[in-house]
Amino acid sequence: MPAVAETLNTVETLTQSTYKWGFESDIEMDMAPKGLNEDIVRLISARKEEPEWLLEWRLKAFAAWSGMKSPDWSKVGGHPPIDYQDVHYYAAPVKKPGPKSLDEVDPALLAVYEKLGIPLKERAILAGVEPDPDERPQIAVDAVFDSVSVATTFRSTLAKVGVIFCPISEAVREHPDLVRQYLGSVVGPSDNFYAALNSAVFTDGSFVFIPKGVKCPMELSTYFRINARNTGQFERTLIIAEDRASVSYLEGCTAPMRDENQLHAAVVELVAMADASIKYSTVQNWYPGDANGVGGIYNFVTKRGACRGARSKISWTQVETGSAITWKYPSCVLQGEGSVGEFYSVAVTNNRQQADTGTKMIHIGRNTRSTIVAKTISAGRSDSTYRGLVRVLPKASGARNHTQCDSLLIGDQCGAHTVPYIENRNMSAKVEHEATTSKISEDQLFYCRSRGLSEEDAVGLIVNGFCKDVLKELPMEFAVEAQKLLQVSLEGSVG
Amino acid sequence: MNVIVPPARSAIGNAGGLVEQYRAMRLELPGEPTARDLAADWLERHELPSRRVEAWRYTDIRRVWETPFETAGATPERAKARLGALLSTHGLADDAAALPRLVFVDGVLSRALSRMPDGIDVRPFAGVDAAEPLRHPMVALNTMLATDGMVVRVPAGLDAGRLLLVSLCEGIGGRAVASHLRHRLVLEAGASLALLEIGEGSGCYLSDGVLDAEVGASAHLRHVRLQRDSGEAFSFSMVQATVAERGAYDGFNLALGAVLARHEVHATLSGPHAAVHVNGAQLLADAQVADLTSVIAHDAPNCVSRQTVKNVLTGRARGVFQGKIVVARVAQKTDGYQMNQALLLSETAEIDAKPELEIYADDVKCSHGSTAGALDEEQLFYMRSRGVPVAEARAILVRAFLDDALQLVDDEMMRGVLDEAVAAWWRGRAA
Repeated sequence: MPAVAETLNTVETLTQSTYKWGFESDIEMDMAPKGLNEDIVRLISARKEEPEWLLEWRLKAFAAWSGMKSPDWSKVGGHPPIDYQDVHYYAAPVKKPGPKSLDEVDPALLAVYEKLGIPLKERAILAGVEPDPDERPQIAVDAVFDSVSVATTFRSTLAKVGVIFCPISEAVREHPDLVRQYLGSVVGPSDNFYAALNSAVFTDGSFVFIPKGVKCPMELSTYFRINARNTGQFERTLIIAEDRASVSYLEGCTAPMRDENQLHAAVVELVAMADASIKYSTVQNWYPGDANGVGGIYNFVTKRGACRGARSKISWTQVETGSAITWKYPSCVLQGEGSVGEFYSVAVTNNRQQADTGTKMIHIGRNTRSTIVAKTISAGRSDSTYRGLVRVLPKASGARNHTQCDSLLIGDQCGAHTVPYIENRNMSAKVEHEATTSKISEDQLFYCRSRGLSEEDAVGLIVNGFCKDVLKELPMEFAVEAQKLLQVSLEGSVG
Repeated sequence: MNVIVPPARSAIGNAGGLVEQYRAMRLELPGEPTARDLAADWLERHELPSRRVEAWRYTDIRRVWETPFETAGATPERAKARLGALLSTHGLADDAAALPRLVFVDGVLSRALSRMPDGIDVRPFAGVDAAEPLRHPMVALNTMLATDGMVVRVPAGLDAGRLLLVSLCEGIGGRAVASHLRHRLVLEAGASLALLEIGEGSGCYLSDGVLDAEVGASAHLRHVRLQRDSGEAFSFSMVQATVAERGAYDGFNLALGAVLARHEVHATLSGPHAAVHVNGAQLLADAQVADLTSVIAHDAPNCVSRQTVKNVLTGRARGVFQGKIVVARVAQKTDGYQMNQALLLSETAEIDAKPELEIYADDVKCSHGSTAGALDEEQLFYMRSRGVPVAEARAILVRAFLDDALQLVDDEMMRGVLDEAVAAWWRGRAA
């Protein structure tokens, strides 16, 4: 998503009081009534013309969800209880016949792209105008505009090598066997409260399939925008890399400003077979609420990858700066012998934001390895928690984990917490965990200031240095954007 | 003799049965019943924690309730013999004559076996204070059923030297006893005391002790604990300590016994420049489970807390370490450090660790480290290549691993007791 980086250049427009992407677009919506019951689940399934098995699957998830309580073990709290019956569970932009050129595209939709800073060419593609086949930008975008994937770009290029990259609703129709085989195989329909909710009502998301031996020729990208008032966003992403396949997937998101808290409960499932590798990068910058904590997104996400094959690898990288509440633990289930899981995270909270995020590394197979690098920065009156589990099961001989968690506090009204869980049941496994908490060192600050940097620039520089181990894992375009985002997120927190 | 009949199978999961038993005998127990009644109410309202409750995630205490326990009793003859054995096993015999001691047998003070200390104020147990904040099932149980305990006050400025605190559980005629000791220890400003606590017993019993300690300004409490409860026992202990300005609580817990044990320390640093050390070692075999849980609350600036905890695990044993450091907003310049390490000596041993930092002040230095793994093959090879037999090499490496923690006990006599206990444990494993 290099486009978003461009929009970040004018940094001062992005302060909390004038959240740049806090617009709301007036596009005709096709909306289900508020509330959640079996009929809504049936309606969603019917609208999406889904096969019977998927409806059954949704209903099963709904039944499980109905018997569950929302989790209360995390450090996040203090928000009013969420009324799950006060949400529209389905909203789709009204279908119009495919436009022939940009002139025919709903101007409101184009205006949204404009504000998001999407280059003109990609805007046309997203709006459904066929691209010029001679030009091959390097990133394919699947924009999820509220609940329906509006368009997927560059499909023909990907199709040539056999890569499938499309909205999951389309995959259900075109590749039902693949979807049926893998959907819910990593995050089951009753895995947890939010995953069950998602399984019952997910409206769209991305589907990626990389066949055997294929290295995906471009970075795949998607972004989510939450647009209509009171529509929860329930994305479902499924990425499968067959033997020796590899893919790098970027996810970014921005959301319009609004007063009421919004719910986002996505599920992301990754499956890596033998020698396959999946790199999943996220920059999350949803509306965090204003300085007093009013508004902002509730981001309750279940992300999990299964390293099924030997020597497979799944790498999560995330930069979390947005949302009022983040509750998210991208995890790796390391089943295949010698498989590798990685988690690189920067989480920044400011004002009244709360984040409880981390990872789970489940070592099942022999000689599995995992690395966790988590950087937490708290400012304002926010609370940020790293919560991570490393579990080594009895058969995971030779397993290896190293975890490094560092927290930085900026200001004396915030909190930074570290809650690692380390469970080792194999004597030949080696598990190491290190954590530190500190503030920005006076020496470093003084050094920067004495060389003419303003205090804010100095803090920005030091924070970027603090996060370097994570940022260097991001694809280039994301890394540039993320650095700016960090600085912007911490604006007003020093001095 | 008060016999506590276990709750019916269906009632397991709450302490309802025990509460009913308590209500029947509440006036026979020492002290005002106010605090006991509060505890009983609390237990009635709260289910006993399962492993789904975060604080009990790694230790399932529900099986404790499946055993019928009798609250208190005393078997003077056997206790006397055991005390004699205890004093000689731990190399205490020479010092024993000089060392003041309080000996509790099956939850009741034995005056015959005790040797009252001079200079410090020892009072008879008179119940539990009513202002007890309740949120812990074992503390609530102790509050409800406490029969006896050490009530000691060390006057300002006095170095009271060493005090031995022994808890023996023998049971009566093969029946399981429950010992609910409630100790209260106050060190006035500038006072100091070195407390050596030893728990032993035979057969199946429940030892559920609570020590409330108040460490005054510039006072210093050393608390070395040797838990050698019987292999069938359930052993719970809780230390609730507050430490005032420049005071120090310096604790060490060596856990060797019990089938299920949990030693918990909740320490609050309430004045500036106070220090808390919660160190320990757990050496476990067979199907033993031992849990060291600590919550260190930094409530004042410039305080220091240190933790070094080692686990040596073999058989199907499971070691648990949960250490939480909470730094309040006012606690600037906090220096907190926590290290826990586990050595797994068998294929089936398990370590569960949860070192936790909860920090609300920005000018702090807090860190923790945690490692788990087997004996280093290279170190073993090095020693074997120099002619050290493998068994001895292993013993030396395990000993060296434990030494980082044991060295932190600065009272030589007490460290000697622990060294000897560790050596005996290792001999027992090798045999």
